[in-house]
Amino acid sequence: MKQRAQIRMLPDRRRMHLHDGPIDLIVEAFGEPREVEAAYRAASARFVTVLDELCSELSFLRRACSTGSAWPRGAIARRMIAAVMPYAAECFVTPMAAVAGAVAEEILAAMVSAAKLARAYVNDGGDIALHLGKGEMFVVGMVERPDRPSLLGTTTVRSTDPVRGIATSGWRGRSFSLGIADAVTVLADRAAAADVAATIIANAVDLPGHPAIIRVPACELAPDNDLGNRPVTQAVGEFRQQEVNQALEAGARTAERLLRIGLIRSAALSLQGVTQVVGALGESRMIATPIQERRLVHA
Amino acid sequence: MADDAVRCDACPVLCYIKPGRTGSCDRYGNHEGKLVRLDPHVVLDRAMKRGESVVPFLERARDWDGSLIHQSEVSHGETFVTAIGAGTTYPDYKPAPFIISSQVEGVDMVTVVTEGIFSYCGVKVKIDTDRHLGAECSAVRAEGEVVGHVTTSEYGSQMLSLGGVRHLTGGSRHEGTATCDALLNLCNGKAVELKIDDGANVVVQAGKPPIVDGAQEERMRVGCGSATIGMFAKQWFGKVDDVVVVDDHITGVLSEHQAGKLLGVPETGIKLKGRRSTPGRYFQVAEPGTSWGGTDLEDPLTILGKFSAKKAWPGLRLLMVSTTGEHYGYFELDEGLKPREKELPADLRESVARIKENCEPALCTVLFMGGAGGSLRAGVTENPVKLTHSVRDALTRVTCGGAPVYVWPGGGITFMADVTRMPQNAFGYVPTPALVAPIEFTLRLADYAALGGYMEHVRPLSSISAENESRRRVTAREDNPWPLDSETKLDSKTKKKR
Repeated sequence: MKQRAQIRMLPDRRRMHLHDGPIDLIVEAFGEPREVEAAYRAASARFVTVLDELCSELSFLRRACSTGSAWPRGAIARRMIAAVMPYAAECFVTPMAAVAGAVAEEILAAMVSAAKLARAYVNDGGDIALHLGKGEMFVVGMVERPDRPSLLGTTTVRSTDPVRGIATSGWRGRSFSLGIADAVTVLADRAAAADVAATIIANAVDLPGHPAIIRVPACELAPDNDLGNRPVTQAVGEFRQQEVNQALEAGARTAERLLRIGLIRSAALSLQGVTQVVGALGESRMIATPIQERRLVHA
Repeated sequence: MADDAVRCDACPVLCYIKPGRTGSCDRYGNHEGKLVRLDPHVVLDRAMKRGESVVPFLERARDWDGSLIHQSEVSHGETFVTAIGAGTTYPDYKPAPFIISSQVEGVDMVTVVTEGIFSYCGVKVKIDTDRHLGAECSAVRAEGEVVGHVTTSEYGSQMLSLGGVRHLTGGSRHEGTATCDALLNLCNGKAVELKIDDGANVVVQAGKPPIVDGAQEERMRVGCGSATIGMFAKQWFGKVDDVVVVDDHITGVLSEHQAGKLLGVPETGIKLKGRRSTPGRYFQVAEPGTSWGGTDLEDPLTILGKFSAKKAWPGLRLLMVSTTGEHYGYFELDEGLKPREKELPADLRESVARIKENCEPALCTVLFMGGAGGSLRAGVTENPVKLTHSVRDALTRVTCGGAPVYVWPGGGITFMADVTRMPQNAFGYVPTPALVAPIEFTLRLADYAALGGYMEHVRPLSSISAENESRRRVTAREDNPWPLDSETKLDSKTKKKR
C-alpha cells in the first residue's frame, strides 16, 4: 500500500513537515524529548487521513454556508462549519474559508491530547494554531507581502492571553481574495476562527469599482473553486494615500464589528505600506511601517 | 466543460486546472493543456560521438531555439526519457506517467517510465579496505539509528547491507527517517557517516575512497597474504631469507608457501601463530583491526613464535609486510635468534613499493537494490505478471535512470544498479518513508501490445519535445549501454520464447 502523505523532519531536526496534496503543515512542539516525539507521532497518525476526510465531503464544504446548513461528518469539517457559521447570515462564506485553520487546530489537538507539551504550534501556510502551557509564550512575526517576505512586525502571545489562533489573508496569498489587502493578520481564540475572520476582513479592504484593480471571476481561474463566479483580485495598481486610507477604513470597520462581538481579538490590516491595527495586538512591535503612516484605531 | 482545463489526479482533491494555472497545491499545473509536475524531468541525451568533446547541455540547448529534443536525433533513437521526475500516479493502477515510443533502426520501441516508490529497497555498499570495520552482522548506524548491518566480506572489501523494509518502516519513525536519509544521500552520491557497533566510523560516498576512523583509505590490498607471496616470490628470492605477508584473511610465509618451495627457498625455522590452512598459509594470526593488513597488530613480531634453533641461523633476514605495502618491517636474527629491526635494504624497498603500486585505489561503491512491486508493474501493463515474464525473457530491458541494471533471477523484478551511472540526484523520497527511484522498461511496441500494455497512452517521443523548461536534458554516460540500442539490448531474436 502506498501512502500519499509525506512526513519528514526539517533539516533543523526540530520541526516536522507534513505534506499531502495541497496541505503543507509545519509543526513544532516544545517539551521533554519523549513527549515531543509522542506529539509528533500523534500528529503524523492524525494527519495521514486528513485529506481523504476532507475530500469525502468536499462538494458540501465548497457550498455557501447558511444558518440552516447540515452538519458534516468529519471532525475537521465540523470545525470549519463552526467557524464560518457566525458569518452565514450576513455574507457569502463557505466552510473552505476555515479549512487551513481547522486542519491546524485538529492536528494540534491530536498532539496536545497525546503528550504533555510546554508549548506547540501547527502552521498551515500562515494559519497557525497555538498551544501554550502555563507561563509560556510565543513571539509571532508578521509578513505583509508573501512574495517579498520581510518582517512587518512581531506580536507576543502569552499563556494568559486568550489568543490561540493566528491567520493571515490577502490577495497575494495562495487563496483567492475578493479584496485588495496585501495582508490581514488576525489573532483569535482559535485558528479556524482566525482563518475565516482574516478572509472576511481582507475581502472588506476594498475600493469597489476602482479602475486600477483587476478582478477575474474565480471560476475562470479555477473552475471548481468555492467562490464560483465572484470576481477575485488578480492585480492591483498604485493607489493614492487617501484611497489607501479609505480601503483600510472599510476593512477596519468590519474588523471592529468582529472584535465587538468577540469573534477576533485583534487584527492588523496592510495595504501598500500602510498598516492599521484594530484591537490590542498584545505586546506588538511594528517594524517596517514608519510611525507617522500608522493610524491606530484602538491601541 | 469544453475547454482545455485538465483534471489533476495527483491527489484526491482532483483539481480542475485551467491552462497556465496550477492546482491548489502549486505543485502540479496545466501547461498547454497537459498536466505537468513542476519538478524538472530528466531527458538523457546521448553523447554525440562525432566531436572529441561533449558540449555542455545548457549551451547546446540555447543553440536549439528552445526546442529541447532535436528532431533528427529523435528519428535515430538518440534521446531517451528517464523516469527521474516523471512522477507517479494516484491511484496505482493508472498507466505510468510516460509511455513513449521511439523509432530505433526502423523498429518501434516503447519505453515506459515511472518513478517507483520503493519500500523494499536498500543499498549494498562495497568498501575497498582490509581494515576491520566491524564484525559480520554488526549493526550499522546513521544518526544513531540502526540502518543496516555488516554483511559477508568480499575480496579485499568490506560489505554493508543498508536499508530495507525492516529499517524503513519496521522500526521507529526516527529509524525510518534516518534510514531513508542515509539511503537517499548514498544513492544521490553524497557522503554519509556510518558508525558500526563495536567497530569503525566510516564515511562512505559512492565513487570516493572510504574514510575509516578519520583516515582516508588509499588503496585496496593487492591480494591476500598468500596471493602476495605468489605474486612477489621471485622478486624476493635471493634478497631475503623469509617473508611474512600479514593479512587478516590469510597470512602468507614465503619459505613454507608453494611459491617459495618451487623456487627452492630453504626452511627458516619460522613459527607463525594462528591456524595453519595449507603450507605457508595461516588464518587468524591476530584479531581484525585497522592496522597491519586489516589486523589489530601494532607490532608484527607478536605473531611469530620462537625460531627453531635447528633450522634458523643468526643473521637470517626477514621481511614483514602488509598486503597494501603500507606497513612493513625488516628484521635480522641476532645470536639468540631474536629478530632485531634494521633499516629496509634498498632492493627490498623496491618490492614493497611494487606491492603499493599494484594496489587499486580504494573506493566505496554503492548499488541500489529495489523490487518493482505489483502496483508499479500495473502502471505498465494491465497484466502485471506478463511484465515480469517479459523482463525474464529479455524482451523488456529495465534501466534505472538510464543506467543498466542487473535483474535478480527468480520471482518479481528485483534489480541492482550502480548509482554512479545515473544522472545526478536521480533519487527522491516520500516520508512513508520510502525511496523514489526512476525505473524504465524498454521493449518493442509489438511486444508491449502483446503483454497488455496501455497502447492508447503511448506517445511519440516528439510529443514531449515541446518547449518545456521543466525538462532537463543531460548527456548520457558513454560507458552506459544505450537503453535503446539493438546490439546491447534484449537480443530478442535469440532469447524470445515464442
